Amino acid sequence: MTTRFEVNGKAVEVNVEPRMTLADCLREVLRLTGTHLGCEHGVCGACTVLVDGEAVRACLMLAVQAEGRSVTTVEGLSNDDDLTPLQKSFRKHHALQCGFCTPGMITTAHALLSEEPDCDADRVREVLSGNICRCTGYIPIVEAVLDARSAYRKPAGDRG
Amino acid sequence: MKLPAFEYACPATLAEAVSLLAARDGDAKAIAGGQSLVPMMAFRVASPSLLVDLRRLPGLKEIKIDGGVRLGALVRWRDILDDARLARAHPLLVAAVKHVAHYQIRNRGTVGGSIAHADPAAEMPGIVVACDAEIAVTGKAGARVIAAKDFFLGALTTALAPDEIITEIRFPAWPTGRRFGFQEFALRRGDFAIAAAAVFYDIDASGRAANAHVGVIGVGDRPMRLPAVEAVLNGARVDGDLIARAAAATSAAVEPQDDIHASAAYRRSLVGTMVERALGAAAA
Amino acid sequence: MKNTFIGAPVERREDLRFLRGRGQYVGDLAPQGLLHAVILRSAVAHGHIRSIDASRALTMPGVHAVITAKDMPGGPPIIPMRLQPLPEFKPFEQPVIAADKVRYVGEPIAVVLADSAAVGEDALEAIAVDIAPLPPVADRATATKGASALFEKGNTALVFSAVRGDAAAAFKDAPYRRREQFKTQRHYGLTMEPRGVLAEWDAAQGILRVFGAAKVPFFNRRILAAQIGLPETAIDMVENDVGGGFGARGEFYPEDFLIPFAARQVGRPVRWIEDRRENLMAMNHAREAEADVEIACTRDGVILGLRGHTYADMGAYMRTNGAVGARNVAQFMSGPYRIENIDIDVTLFMTNKTPVGTYRGPGRFETDFFRERLFDMVAKDLGIDRVEFRRRNLVADAEMPYRLATITPFESKDELDSGDYQSTLDRCLMEIGWNEKQKLQGKLIDGRYHGLALGCFIEGGAAGPKETVKIALNPDATFTVLMGSSAVGQGVETVFAQIAADALEVPLERIREVLHGSTAYVSDGYGAYHSRSVVMGGSALLDAVEKFRAAVRADAARRFGCAEDAVRVGDDKVTGPDGRALALTEFAGIAAEGFFLNKKHTWTYGAHAAHVTVDAKTGRVEILDYAAVEDVGRIINPNTLKGQVIGSLVQGLGGAFLEHLVYDDQGQLLTGSLMDYLLPTASDFPNLRSVTTELKPSPINPLGAKGAGEGGIIAAGGVVANAVANALGDFGVEPRELPLSPPRVWEMIDAARSNAAAE
Repeated sequence: MTTRFEVNGKAVEVNVEPRMTLADCLREVLRLTGTHLGCEHGVCGACTVLVDGEAVRACLMLAVQAEGRSVTTVEGLSNDDDLTPLQKSFRKHHALQCGFCTPGMITTAHALLSEEPDCDADRVREVLSGNICRCTGYIPIVEAVLDARSAYRKPAGDRG
Repeated sequence: MKLPAFEYACPATLAEAVSLLAARDGDAKAIAGGQSLVPMMAFRVASPSLLVDLRRLPGLKEIKIDGGVRLGALVRWRDILDDARLARAHPLLVAAVKHVAHYQIRNRGTVGGSIAHADPAAEMPGIVVACDAEIAVTGKAGARVIAAKDFFLGALTTALAPDEIITEIRFPAWPTGRRFGFQEFALRRGDFAIAAAAVFYDIDASGRAANAHVGVIGVGDRPMRLPAVEAVLNGARVDGDLIARAAAATSAAVEPQDDIHASAAYRRSLVGTMVERALGAAAA
Repeated sequence: MKNTFIGAPVERREDLRFLRGRGQYVGDLAPQGLLHAVILRSAVAHGHIRSIDASRALTMPGVHAVITAKDMPGGPPIIPMRLQPLPEFKPFEQPVIAADKVRYVGEPIAVVLADSAAVGEDALEAIAVDIAPLPPVADRATATKGASALFEKGNTALVFSAVRGDAAAAFKDAPYRRREQFKTQRHYGLTMEPRGVLAEWDAAQGILRVFGAAKVPFFNRRILAAQIGLPETAIDMVENDVGGGFGARGEFYPEDFLIPFAARQVGRPVRWIEDRRENLMAMNHAREAEADVEIACTRDGVILGLRGHTYADMGAYMRTNGAVGARNVAQFMSGPYRIENIDIDVTLFMTNKTPVGTYRGPGRFETDFFRERLFDMVAKDLGIDRVEFRRRNLVADAEMPYRLATITPFESKDELDSGDYQSTLDRCLMEIGWNEKQKLQGKLIDGRYHGLALGCFIEGGAAGPKETVKIALNPDATFTVLMGSSAVGQGVETVFAQIAADALEVPLERIREVLHGSTAYVSDGYGAYHSRSVVMGGSALLDAVEKFRAAVRADAARRFGCAEDAVRVGDDKVTGPDGRALALTEFAGIAAEGFFLNKKHTWTYGAHAAHVTVDAKTGRVEILDYAAVEDVGRIINPNTLKGQVIGSLVQGLGGAFLEHLVYDDQGQLLTGSLMDYLLPTASDFPNLRSVTTELKPSPINPLGAKGAGEGGIIAAGGVVANAVANALGDFGVEPRELPLSPPRVWEMIDAARSNAAAE
């Protein structure tokens, strides 16, 4: 089935079975392997992407359901030249070890901070409780997200 | 855990959607957010031959407040949390929705989907039962309204015919001055409830409780109201003693089962505590 | 050697790719012509395979092959044990695929090769497997009864004994004794990235490339070579980015043979990526242990002896490292304490459940729970303060090396190297505010009971016998470090760059890259386990730097025509006598391999303390504050070290409260998804603090470092269980089992109330 949507600002057209999830479509067809599969049943959050700016579990969405939507993956929240303020904050706070949950943490944190740049620690923990990490114990991730708030309180153009 | 193969349709009208479901004689499923259906298919415990995507259907995404509260079936959890009017129009609904799943799921999951899925530990079925909501559905036989108390028939089983689609969930008006409480116990934040209680009552002219509604989830194969507990509350002043009696009546009124997470004895005690704490919040 | 980067919180190089989603995990590799492998696994816990009929599956479009044991002439190879490979274990080792018998739900029966994983999974449903069921053995009682035997040799693999001194004599006239039974539940080192293997057979070159290696790629290559009939030099085990190890990933599993075998059969690259449903039933399980132990003391609380029987459920087969945790339960029950007389045995028994391997702090988490619970019970009996009881029995630095119990068979002697255990205890008490919080013990405040507890621990690290590191000078004056250690997320690329930069006395940027784990990089390697990478790999790196300098000196001496000791190797220049000098870049291409040999373990040590509240009505335990203090000898990177402690601690708390692999009496795994196997989330344990110190460097390696990374997990179970007991002292609740889930805590309170009412 032919489906047209936007990924990281670029129009794409894919021809996939309806049963292919958005996660698998991004990874296998579009070769954007930054979105990870940690459970394929909607619990771990490693597959989180943004659809029209909202954080969703890509393993629970069919690729065909992305028709007409704008999808952003961790690759779309990155650039070659430098780390973004959010990424810098993760690095500074050692908020990642094996890196497998990290793309989902980045996309989720970006969605949260974009909507709620004044969120507090409790809210950050609440939102991130849908993303499982096995390495860090979460404390540095929460610190990193809180430390990145200042970057999101600026006008949108400064966020890198 | 790749999904089994299926055909996929994304109709533009409700009539078309109903017709597609009807033609498969029970082997087709409607999909909205997919937050409950897709995991089941990933485990291959559900394998419908056709998925009918409801996302293009018009008019199912609105929240209308006109006396009561009417939620279009495709209203998502986040839409409820984002709608500032609901804090006054139906605070019990908002209190319950805060416990639903996680951030990402709340961006996709819908009220209609949750009701149709009928997980015995889900909050929304508990709320619609506790609040005497009505479920508007449309099928090949036309439109009808099902009272919440008649809607849930068992675990993952509802009164919906295979060709019927939920269009709207209707809550009665919520008067100001109504007392309410919602208490849920889950092993981790966002998990399904081990047990939860949604309670409300009004205060009559003499300061006693009236119209008490006590709804519980997690202690049976479907959400239920507890008339025995409501009888304890109605006509009485809600104080610490009454709350303790209501809690005891709750534990006595349910027949929970053992499962890998909790024993029946634990759930029986826990639901009593949930009612106790919900009433405590209501009375405060 | 400088000390600029060692000890500094250097930001990690790995992060630059991980943060951008540019990590390369095995699931991200998709070579041309790839076929996808999907594994048919037994749905029956115990039985004889009568037939496997794949004929219908083979007719499905996109299905290329179905491989079973019948395709392996001579039968499926057996996976040998890597650690403690005793002859007694041989009958219990696992075939790479089930041939005549299945012994656990999840055991591989067939491998489907298809155009996609989805088609492969469709094909699974079309394969008819006829299994004649046998009575399943799902618990120790059934295993011991022996009516149903997994193997001809029965259900008991071995009994280890841990002996020190004369326990019988110590107990004979002991003024005080107490005997208790404890249990820890089955759970495992679930990694966020499930396992995966990609194999490519290059027939033209005769080279087999296997991607997705981790932890012990050199050992695994040795096994695979023998099993598949190729020389080791014809096999390349390539380590990609790895999404966590925790002891569970990287051991030789059935798939590590099956996928390369399949690739050779079909002449195309084959990739298998485990899904989470599989991972729950196929990745090594751990931690299921029971103890029936007795302690003898003087009335003053001086421990005279410790004896008893412990039992370790091994699952259906002895895995490559399955004996480690079991042995550790017996050998390390004494922990950091002076226990002169010990007689503890551990029975390794088989059940029709997923086979067991190591999980961070194997056996140590379990045994610390057993011991620390016992200690608090004893202190209460004797009327001695819990802290004081521990102080009286902690081994002193002056007593070290202090011999631990000796294990037989497989004579294993271990001794504590150095440590100031009283200091870390003091620090821990200070951090938690022990004295101020004493008055809260057992108090009901705002509907919650408050409890306080502490525990001391040791963490063994630096397993030998050897590690190899190579260092090479590049034409642009940067260096490349090639390691035999493996990366499993712990930041070795950064930590090793720090050590290399300081050893070479160059800026950090001159260490261009640190390549790890692949068998092509160094002549021999051991890998990442038992917290060994910094000690073993780091020390080998220092040796490599020395040898590099020596090689440069030798070459310069030849060029200058002078004696070697007249040459000075600087950070960018090499100088000889009479002002002769050459740029270091003139020596590009010189590489040196260093190694470090070691037979002794290092021991980090410390103390944890917790302040908890218990909601007696729901059984929920909340941690208000938790202080983890650990002395590691030498801190290379304080950020990554703290990350290891907190990460490890949260895993320990997951084991203490949430995680449980539940089986029914038919050997069916009931916790089949992440909705049922509960992992800690960001909301669960927010109040944890880590303090690390460098009080006692290790005497056994040039860095003075001790392996750290497992300490956080080891003490967690005992500490929180003691805190819960302390909170519920009025009820007389004594936790003897984990996990302390809310329903279980409530059941204990309820039982205690009923007992009290009955009296």
